[in-house]
Amino acid sequence: MKRFAEMVRGVDQTTRTTVKLDALAAYLSEAPDQDRLWTVALFTGRRPRRAVPAARLREWAAERAGLPLWLVEESYAVAGDLAETVALILPPPGAPEDRSLTDWIGFLADLAPLDELAKRKAIESAWDRLDTDERFLFNKLITGGFRIGVSQKLMTRAMARATGRDDSDLAHRLMGDWTPETTTWHRLAEADDAGDDASRPYPFYLAYPLEQPPEDLGDPADWQAEWKWDGIRGQLVVRDGQHFTWSRGGELVSPAFPEFARAPDFLPDGTVLDGEILVWSGDTAGHPDSFNALQKRIGRKTVPKTLLNSAPVVLYAYDLLEWQGQDLRSQPLADRRAQLEDLFASLPLDAPLRLAPTVRFTDWSELAERRITAREERAEGLMLKRLSSPYQVGRKKGDWWKWKLDPLTVDAVMIYAQSGSGRRANLFTDFTFAVWNGNDLVPFTKAYSGLSDAEFRQITNWVRRNTRQKFGPVRQVTPEHVFEIAFEGIHESPRHKSGLALRFPRMARWRHDKPVQEANTLDDLRAILAQYG
Amino acid sequence: MGHSYKTPLLTVSDAGLYCADGDFHVDPWQPVDRALITHAHADHARQGSAHYLATDAAGPVLRHRLGDITLEGIAYGASRAINGVTVSFLPAGHVPGSAQIRIERGGEVWVVSGDYKLAPDGLSEPFEPVACHTFITESTFGLPVFRWPDQAEVARDINAWWRDTREAGMIAMLGAYSLGKAQRVLSMLDPAIGPILTHGAVGAITDILRAQGYPLPDTIPVTPDTKAADYPGALVVAPPGALGSTWARRFGKISTATASGWMRLRGVRRRRGLDRGFVLSDHADWDALNRAVAETGASRVMVTHGYTDVFSRHLAAQGLQAEVLGTQYGGDEAEDGPPEAAA
Ligand SMILES: [Zn+2]
Ligand SMILES: [Zn+2]
Repeated sequence: MKRFAEMVRGVDQTTRTTVKLDALAAYLSEAPDQDRLWTVALFTGRRPRRAVPAARLREWAAERAGLPLWLVEESYAVAGDLAETVALILPPPGAPEDRSLTDWIGFLADLAPLDELAKRKAIESAWDRLDTDERFLFNKLITGGFRIGVSQKLMTRAMARATGRDDSDLAHRLMGDWTPETTTWHRLAEADDAGDDASRPYPFYLAYPLEQPPEDLGDPADWQAEWKWDGIRGQLVVRDGQHFTWSRGGELVSPAFPEFARAPDFLPDGTVLDGEILVWSGDTAGHPDSFNALQKRIGRKTVPKTLLNSAPVVLYAYDLLEWQGQDLRSQPLADRRAQLEDLFASLPLDAPLRLAPTVRFTDWSELAERRITAREERAEGLMLKRLSSPYQVGRKKGDWWKWKLDPLTVDAVMIYAQSGSGRRANLFTDFTFAVWNGNDLVPFTKAYSGLSDAEFRQITNWVRRNTRQKFGPVRQVTPEHVFEIAFEGIHESPRHKSGLALRFPRMARWRHDKPVQEANTLDDLRAILAQYG
Repeated sequence: MGHSYKTPLLTVSDAGLYCADGDFHVDPWQPVDRALITHAHADHARQGSAHYLATDAAGPVLRHRLGDITLEGIAYGASRAINGVTVSFLPAGHVPGSAQIRIERGGEVWVVSGDYKLAPDGLSEPFEPVACHTFITESTFGLPVFRWPDQAEVARDINAWWRDTREAGMIAMLGAYSLGKAQRVLSMLDPAIGPILTHGAVGAITDILRAQGYPLPDTIPVTPDTKAADYPGALVVAPPGALGSTWARRFGKISTATASGWMRLRGVRRRRGLDRGFVLSDHADWDALNRAVAETGASRVMVTHGYTDVFSRHLAAQGLQAEVLGTQYGGDEAEDGPPEAAA
């Protein structure tokens, strides 16, 4: 664990990608196979089975440290991370011992059948053998969530350096349904035949936001435009007579979307489609339903029949990554699109698949005008894809661009503040905003992001001096500051006092220039709801 | 104990901590007639008062920072009667020249800690516990997650980082508050690794303290003409705010670090976006705060800048009469880190 902890420290303590890469690649080159396999698993969001109740950690740690629980809670509120808080408050280890990462994971797995007292004794003995950094990581194995600033890209680059393999090949290998229990380092990273995992999707190709004028992209004839849909990016894999639906986050979401269970009936084995999962109830005249309808389908393990009827999903397919078992990703988009259209020509009409239409245009200004109508199409803007582009791995500049609509905005008054956690521990970063309803300020949204660190510091100092009342961690502040709140959508919500809820709200600007009286009203918001909700 | 006075020995006035019987303020935040100063940090020593009293050791820096002031010096441990109230200054171990102020009236003793730390840092006059009835303590790091490593261990880490940075052909730049932290860091450096440069704000204070006899290594001031190429493998000590500034650009590719108690928290380390964060504080950590309070024997504790709510609640749970004292302190390290301490 010491070597692992040293690597994590090396990665975590710097903002320099090259330094992170060096630390990770060095570790992956020399660590024992099982340790590096676990490292890749942990950093790609795979976690050991939960054998110890994370909720009890703080109690056990409090007693171990001789502290009342409330003091641990206060510390947690500041540190923003339970694993770290526990690691920091415990007394120094009495019997330091260096065991491997895999050993400690096995140690935790072995606790599963034990009763709580035995688990507690084991965890306490582990804490007594680990230094602060190791303890933090050990606790993370229990609480989950190894977010230490290692992106998928960094991981594959480090693996590429450690194995001498191509990083996009490695990115593909890391996709799919493997765990350290079901594979080996050799099979995952080294073997020429990457295995026969029928479920394995391809790494998604992600677009960059278009910041330059589209004219800079050159000849419009080289480009394909599509609507940018406001759904869930997904990949539908059909192999061996089975289907697998993958989310962009690399999660297998097949059970959440049983509509696609019929896919093997009309898609041959060896087919992989990339597209957007959207609700299509049929009563929106040729458009998918709004994101609000899709929200009911998100995060479900099983879907009740009524919901399947009221909010059925389809895959809006826009790319064909595999056909008849052949990986098509290196072919130009124009060819892949042609094959995709051929495929759709023979699909039954009731298939839960739609061909995502392209948006025809001859010059950029014409396309710019179409873009403005995106909300009417239930889209967030346009996608621009170079017709000659291969399907690349991850976020790459140059061939795919997202050209989103400007967000909707309102000017709102800050009325509550709450401190952030993690990276923003000790700054006030979570705010509640209100609009006018007559003479009252009605809260309608929270927002957390959008300000610079300097602005967060400034507002934090202001909050301290202008707190009217405290409700636990929440402070009611003098209504004095107006912020421009940007958001992507709005919908009705009986759960909120204002009767509506925003999608992706964030602080676009601190309107120092606006007096509180000039903030927007609830009627203004209702008008936006009527237009775009 | 024969203290049957009605008014408390110290109260908080608009201008700061006030002793009515002695008619003086301690570390006032507004101009007053007579100000007793614990140390020269900006939140404790402000301009505009008519008369200042501070330790002899704090004098030169205080004059440097506040300009032409009427300042009387006093030796550590010496007593002075002010309108029938006896005051003395005892080492606080916070920065060179820093003091706790002991105030006595007819057998009743209050101690204003100012900022303090217990572990000797090799430069500051080491902290001395002072028995008292009422202890006014800071609580900048009054949470059990704050526990400091040994200074020797931190010195090893800093020097190792400097060496690595030199090997990588870069200049190392370490952010440290210009009074106290900067000199402490300077005294921890291994000058054999390379030249040590200082930002003007750091250099000025360092020169003053060196002239007073504090053991500090030789340093080279950074001037508008300074070129990074002339000082390969150098380490630059600068105020934390200078790290991301245009001033720092002259050094080209640099590795940045800061030394502060806040670096104990991973979230803060990451938020600062520096290459390294060393855990080094001139304030008492959790264990030291508790030990300091216990060693005073005080039955009443007033808690100022930092985690005042938490620390006073904790002390109350130990059976002490503890309360939060609203002040406007919070500077030096508070500025390096989360502004929580600015409460
Ligand atoms: Zn100070
Ligand atoms: Zn202070």
